[in-house]
Amino acid sequence: MYAQMIKSTGKGIKSLDEMDPEERAFQERINAGGKIEPKDWMPDGYRKNLIRQIGQHAHSEIVGQLPEGNWITRAPTLERKAILLAKVQDEAGHGLYLYCAAETLGVTRDQMTRDLLSGKMKYSSIFNYPTLTWADMGAVGWLVDGAAIMNQVPLQRTSYGPYARAMVRICKEESFHQRQGFDIMMKMAKGTEAQRKMAQDALNRFWFPALMMFGPSDKDSVHSAQSMAWKIKMNTNDELRQKFVDETVPQAEYLGLTIPDETLKFNGETGHYDFAEPDWEEFFQVLKGNGPCNTERLAARNKAWDEGRWVREGLLAHAEKKRSRQMAAE
Amino acid sequence: MSSPESSEYKGTEAAPHGKARSTEWPLWEIFIRGQHGLSHRHVGSLHAADAEMAIKNARDVYTRRNEGVSIWAVEASAIAASSPEEKGALYEPANDKVYRHPTFFDIPDEVGAM
Amino acid sequence: MSTDPKFEFLCRMGDNALVLGHRVSEWCGTAPVLEEDIALANMALDLIGQTQLWLGMAGEVEGAGRDADKLAFHRDVWDFRNVLLVEQPNGDFGQTMMRQFLFDAWHLAQLTALIDSSDKEIAAIAEKSAKEVTYHLERSSDTVIGLGDGTEESHRRMQAALDLLWPYVGEMFLGDDVDAAMKDAGIAPDPAILRAGYDQLVGDTLAAATLTKPEDDFAHRGGKSGARHSEHLGHMLTQMQWLQRAYPDATW
Repeated sequence: MYAQMIKSTGKGIKSLDEMDPEERAFQERINAGGKIEPKDWMPDGYRKNLIRQIGQHAHSEIVGQLPEGNWITRAPTLERKAILLAKVQDEAGHGLYLYCAAETLGVTRDQMTRDLLSGKMKYSSIFNYPTLTWADMGAVGWLVDGAAIMNQVPLQRTSYGPYARAMVRICKEESFHQRQGFDIMMKMAKGTEAQRKMAQDALNRFWFPALMMFGPSDKDSVHSAQSMAWKIKMNTNDELRQKFVDETVPQAEYLGLTIPDETLKFNGETGHYDFAEPDWEEFFQVLKGNGPCNTERLAARNKAWDEGRWVREGLLAHAEKKRSRQMAAE
Repeated sequence: MSSPESSEYKGTEAAPHGKARSTEWPLWEIFIRGQHGLSHRHVGSLHAADAEMAIKNARDVYTRRNEGVSIWAVEASAIAASSPEEKGALYEPANDKVYRHPTFFDIPDEVGAM
Repeated sequence: MSTDPKFEFLCRMGDNALVLGHRVSEWCGTAPVLEEDIALANMALDLIGQTQLWLGMAGEVEGAGRDADKLAFHRDVWDFRNVLLVEQPNGDFGQTMMRQFLFDAWHLAQLTALIDSSDKEIAAIAEKSAKEVTYHLERSSDTVIGLGDGTEESHRRMQAALDLLWPYVGEMFLGDDVDAAMKDAGIAPDPAILRAGYDQLVGDTLAAATLTKPEDDFAHRGGKSGARHSEHLGHMLTQMQWLQRAYPDATW
């Protein structure tokens, strides 16, 4: 998802009997549905995994501003402009909440930012795809936010208190995001021939990248078990992907759009849709930096950070001057 | 299949709960009192160069500038926090990081207990 | 020009908000720090909202069936009535905030005066907008002071921004036939009377920012009359209006 490739550091899951008393108390608290708070004892692996996961999630929000920000200045009406701007602004806010949650684990936002900018920390693969037409604003809201919500709703119950609380606030604010995307898609799909073509094209380009957001198939995802025991991952990748497909297919039918998967069909036995796997080779290439927009996205973040330095320094210097003037006056 | 490249995060452990570099604005904890006469409640954190900016940023980040609310901004490093109850068995990783303490996000009432 | 002066006046108010809101929205996702990114978006959202009100009313006054979107997305450069200041490019963050401050200081004075307008609808829009702009001015003046009185580099950049933008200040206070008609009808103030208060406020802020106001008061003109915009506006419109122009039959 927004944190797709979190490598656990543990070597398999220990049973409660194998644990030290403090780790055992920690795990029992999680098993009982309790929350871990910043000053509580926690295994080093739990802390490290959380920093990576929350950090990736935060970075995804921030980098995720770019593909949609790409269309703010070209939004077709004043109302669409305002809605899109408010949505992209929310993403900045969500990045901010998540950075703050990670900061409770003893890392600074500056550190995390530097690791994003150097390429050491990742963000979701989805934001390395380009937004080429206005219909992409619909597809991103409908599919990308739709996929994100699948993951974020259960994370409201994650074991780490600050992360769970951040997710509550994020889910509450994000409720309109998917709807605004679907609303754009409806207008496009029911609009002129050119608009319908744009809508279909957007679905064609975003369908498989959206499926990739859930991460590799469970059978290839060797590190989930520990994260699930710690309740920092609440569902398996395949569970969420299936749920997403099941919910999205009827919506596409409503729009009169065709999902670009000829194998897609409802399976009466399982009660779910059967669908084609995305091209995982492409996914791994995108993660490695070879997606269509990796270079631009990182360059844009680096440029903003570098060009903002004098502002951050200037305002800080002023605050320090003000403080020393006040002290001198006292 | 072996795991693809993941984001190592060595910096975190190596830098012992890293000091903010000089250009990073300090962290502030934000408390807001709504219109119903309830006391100020912690709503979250943010960065700002000084207290005035913290209050302005809080208006933009946490209230979307609703009028009629009262905002407190407290520099996170100025907060004294109690340790968790089970301190006997637990070591304390974060006494130097009081900003870890605050409970972070307000849970909206409609969400219920969490 | 035979158009209704009230329509002209409303386009001036609306186009200032539209063009500046658009400029500020260009920052989304690339501000120096997250908190600023969010604050800039709030400001842009306020301005887009004000645009809808002013241009919506302009369309009604005109009575030709044009709504706010039609006016925003289907007029060409010569029909825009914003002052030259707001169409100037963003430049660096300092230039953006200096432009904001120089405009906000006028904008708030103008809106405050409009609260007493003889036209109740205008007064109502002004009252709502003035609340928002009071905050814009607080924020932009704080930033101008903070960066002016910050590091050597930030001071240098803010002085450069002020020097660059100052020639666009005067236009906001130059009156013409439209302004005279508005004044006579009790709808809007004579622009010239706002100047003294503006100079006082700007002078105080620049002093606190340790910045020097340029001595030359030369003023470029041609924005609010539409007679001669800068080249920048055309480029902005090619982007802003592109979808509407390329697909005129579509609804969005």
